[in-house]
Amino acid sequence: MTVANPLELEPGLQPQGWLRYLSFSLDHKVIGIQYLVCGFLFYLVGGALAGVIRTELASPMSDFVGRDTYNEVLTLHGTIMIFLWIVPVVNGAFGNYLIPFYVGARDMAFPRLNAVAFWLIPPAGLLLISSYFLAGAASQSGWTAYPPLSLTTPAAGQIVWILSVLLLGGSSIFGGINFIATVLKLRRPGLKLMQLPMFCWAMLGTSILVVLATPVLAGTLVMLSFDIIAHTGFFNPSLGGNVVVYQHLFWFYSHPAVYIMVLPAFGLVSEILPVHARKPLFGYTTMVYSIMAIVVLGLVVWAHHMFTSGTPPWMRLFFTIATSFIAVPTGIKFFNWLATLWGGKIALNSAVLFSCAFIFNFVFGGITGVALAQVPFDIHVHDTYFVVGHFHYIVYGGSVFVIFASLYHWYPKFTGRLLNEDLGRLHFVLTFIGFNLCFAPQHWLGLNGMPRRVAEYDPAFTTWNQVSSVGALLMAISTLPLLINVVVTAFRGPVAGDNPWNALTPEWLTSSPPPVENWIGEAPLVTEPYGYGEHPGGFDLDRISGRDLWSSGKS
Amino acid sequence: MDTSLQPVTTAQPASEEHGHPDFRLFGLATFLVADGMTFAGFFAAYLTFRAVNPLPEGAIYELELLLPTINTVLLLVSSFTFHRAGTACRSGRMQTSRRWLLLSIALGIAFLAGQMVEYFSLPFGLTDNLFASTFYALTGFHGLHVTLGVICILIVWFQARPGGSISQDSHFGLEAAELYWHFVDGIWVILYGILYLL
Repeated sequence: MTVANPLELEPGLQPQGWLRYLSFSLDHKVIGIQYLVCGFLFYLVGGALAGVIRTELASPMSDFVGRDTYNEVLTLHGTIMIFLWIVPVVNGAFGNYLIPFYVGARDMAFPRLNAVAFWLIPPAGLLLISSYFLAGAASQSGWTAYPPLSLTTPAAGQIVWILSVLLLGGSSIFGGINFIATVLKLRRPGLKLMQLPMFCWAMLGTSILVVLATPVLAGTLVMLSFDIIAHTGFFNPSLGGNVVVYQHLFWFYSHPAVYIMVLPAFGLVSEILPVHARKPLFGYTTMVYSIMAIVVLGLVVWAHHMFTSGTPPWMRLFFTIATSFIAVPTGIKFFNWLATLWGGKIALNSAVLFSCAFIFNFVFGGITGVALAQVPFDIHVHDTYFVVGHFHYIVYGGSVFVIFASLYHWYPKFTGRLLNEDLGRLHFVLTFIGFNLCFAPQHWLGLNGMPRRVAEYDPAFTTWNQVSSVGALLMAISTLPLLINVVVTAFRGPVAGDNPWNALTPEWLTSSPPPVENWIGEAPLVTEPYGYGEHPGGFDLDRISGRDLWSSGKS
Repeated sequence: MDTSLQPVTTAQPASEEHGHPDFRLFGLATFLVADGMTFAGFFAAYLTFRAVNPLPEGAIYELELLLPTINTVLLLVSSFTFHRAGTACRSGRMQTSRRWLLLSIALGIAFLAGQMVEYFSLPFGLTDNLFASTFYALTGFHGLHVTLGVICILIVWFQARPGGSISQDSHFGLEAAELYWHFVDGIWVILYGILYLL
């Protein structure tokens, strides 16, 4: 229903103050904050589970938790971090908060669907976590739930896991439909597609992936649950089924899922850097085409996860080449960010520090990613800690660093108060050192053959595992300055003013925090969201817009 | 920066409700793309199973063609009758529209009945072999869509009564149900092709 208009409801019936964050609110800003806080709570749970994993791996023997418990912990850790933290926060939280501003609208295209999409998440998450206590055992087959492993581990936990992921997938699809309709249909009259802030393009690309890929996972998990409950044999080799088909269908979603987690992060960084470097975003057009190229290529690379699954040579060749090609648009974006920073008047605050660390981490994760796309190398390190290291450089070093950067950048917009910079820098230093200490050694461990998802390992690997665990401890400690900062600043932080960064993107052209329908009067028409420059007044906007690749960035 | 901030000239699309343009059909179409991808996943799984997984000795996977062909015709005709219902509604002939809707409902129920007859006369059950499981999963998932569609048309038929919420000027429900029904029909045609003819 497009007709939902918060102002039409009885004012007395709509909860006010902090209570509205616990209500079925239709305001996209309230829903965005709901996603953010809910996601962060699940991040704390997932982080605690990561702590259990690293504590167990601090010694070669399985002496902290039992082996089965270890398997449950790693399954819950992966599922929570992906489906309840990163996907909901980069898409749901920042997407919902920012996209209506960026398209000049007062809300999303389908506000009620939006609220439904959010309220599917808390029950799904609680269902997932409660399976550990209620069903006897949580799912133990990893976040990939590969059969036949997922058919032989305790059924109740696996079924609860499937139910939970189906709910989360539904939420994600509803969100994707909403973003596509909002970006394509709800733009303010006069605002052209190529004038939108980059985050809109990132969310459009992400939502296309969500709508095309998520339903395939849903169908596959329904088939898996048939195998578990009704004893059909889709994926059960002993009944004539085919496990590789599960892997194909699973990765058809789950490889794009990586882009669903990282494309919005690309968009957010593209918003943060120009503001704090006081320069236009470099290469706007190439950025747009790169996002769309990643969307198209992202749908045809899934089998690079399956090079050891008996894939035929032609398939290996195709997926190696397709995967390597993704490095091209990604590299374009990487150099665009560098060129945006180049020669800028960079304010080295927490948001920029996290953004720059994102670029650093992500290029490292990208390089190992291209290495993993090569069949001979991949076969050597498949299912080792090398893959774990690579993956965390992408989703933690990439997406989570950007979530933190975005928090420092948009916190004044959410609350009207500035986060403390000293605590922010402490948070950054602890996170950056802890993260690299934790995950860089895992590449070395993987190259030497340490398998992933096993509670015990060869004692020869002890030293680097302990280094990794110390890094994890630092990451856990780094959460404290963030938590203190966010909570204390919300009540006692310095008042930010409406536009503390002197930004030009539309969300800053209203009060902070914004009124219910975003603008008191008409929405501003922002055709030049990155028009930062050194010549105030009377300059050639086309020249500094970054839209023309060859003429921009020279000044 | 003089080009950055300009006052709004509000020119909203024609179809509006409470001052907001109506994107519900666009949203539904996007959802149907997603729904279609679910079917695409099932189709891909079925075709791969068929290509690489040999069935056990004596397994039956040749299906009778008569009943499913009649069913296909029923569904295609129902798409036509629903289209007529939509045309009649848009030109204000609500009574005619309701008659076409009723006919579409009858055809949908006839399809489901045919499906039931086929299920009970088939020589294999859900867990007999891979082909049987995939057959029931595909046709069952589609049958679920038909059932939902019939319920939707029933609701639309009720809402299109004199004084109901669907009229010549306001017929989103009817259009949405029509779009969905055509989608379900299109899926069946593909399903019929790969399951029965291939």
